Amino acid sequence: MMLAVNLFLWVVVVVLGVMVAMRGTDLFRENVRDSIIEFLRLIPRIALGVIGSGFIADAMPQDLIIPWIGPQSGMLGVAIATLGGAATSGGPVVGFSIAAAALKSGGGAPQVIAYVTAWSLFSIQRLIGWEIPSMPSRVVWLRATVSVPLPFLAAAAAMLLHRP
Amino acid sequence: MPRRRRKPFDFSTAIVFFISAISGVTVYLREGQERFFAIFRSDVLLFGNMLPKMLAGCLIGGFVTLLLPRELVARLVGAESGLLGLLIATATAVVLPGGPFTIYPVAGAFLGIGADAGTAIAFITSWMVLGYNRALVWELPFFGPDFVLWRIAVCVPLPFIAGILGRMAIRAFALQMDSPR
Repeated sequence: MMLAVNLFLWVVVVVLGVMVAMRGTDLFRENVRDSIIEFLRLIPRIALGVIGSGFIADAMPQDLIIPWIGPQSGMLGVAIATLGGAATSGGPVVGFSIAAAALKSGGGAPQVIAYVTAWSLFSIQRLIGWEIPSMPSRVVWLRATVSVPLPFLAAAAAMLLHRP
Repeated sequence: MPRRRRKPFDFSTAIVFFISAISGVTVYLREGQERFFAIFRSDVLLFGNMLPKMLAGCLIGGFVTLLLPRELVARLVGAESGLLGLLIATATAVVLPGGPFTIYPVAGAFLGIGADAGTAIAFITSWMVLGYNRALVWELPFFGPDFVLWRIAVCVPLPFIAGILGRMAIRAFALQMDSPR
């Protein structure tokens, strides 16, 4: 499975790379260099989040997490996770660290999916910092309003499928 | 198109670092060295396994940015309406890499050339919940492929639902979406 995912991704990289290289080798070289720099800059932050979330999960008392957003917490747990996701400010390091810690310390998968979905859809920082300045504000508010059911729908689908 | 440089360390990363350090010390003191290193080892292993995928994600992002200029995306999405419009908006947002600094201007642009707000909503929602770039580069190292693939699978209908709800709301309440902010 892992091997197939890796293989597929690198086939895509090669195909796209050839397409870019056909437009010019300098363009290709510059693009690859930029992407590698981007990758190297991301490593410390993501490594910190991944490793940190493991410790946070272990340090957190499980009897605090499980009743609230554990697998048995049902739609109430989904609602709590959705509120938590919408209230989380900060970039992906913060959002994913909290979500991973919650999953590792006994949070249910549907609840964690609701958290990630809500955080993706409503992150106040992104709404105010990016979306409102670049879009008509009526569209932004309409989008936010119609997005309210979405974390619940994603969690319900995960519950019905019993996955992940 | 110049990319916005991300600082390797910022304020919210500092907070994560601080809480992680306290948690690490807590685990070490409360449960001992062995447990501490067991957690450390398994997370480093997870992260190491995801590194090739993260690199692939960064490279694909760079190539697609070059091959699929945002003017083209705006024209592609802006020209279609109906359910096909929602489908194209959803699909292009999945493959379009980049952060909010590329996505919102594109959505704004195709609103400007006549796409309806429902299409823009589907586009933004798709980028938020289905975008491969963030899933590959950010989410995978935290959760591993099984969780991420299932999360994406249950989220596939969401952009359509948001787009259709948006259109229904516009019709039901006779909202004026084309007036200036």
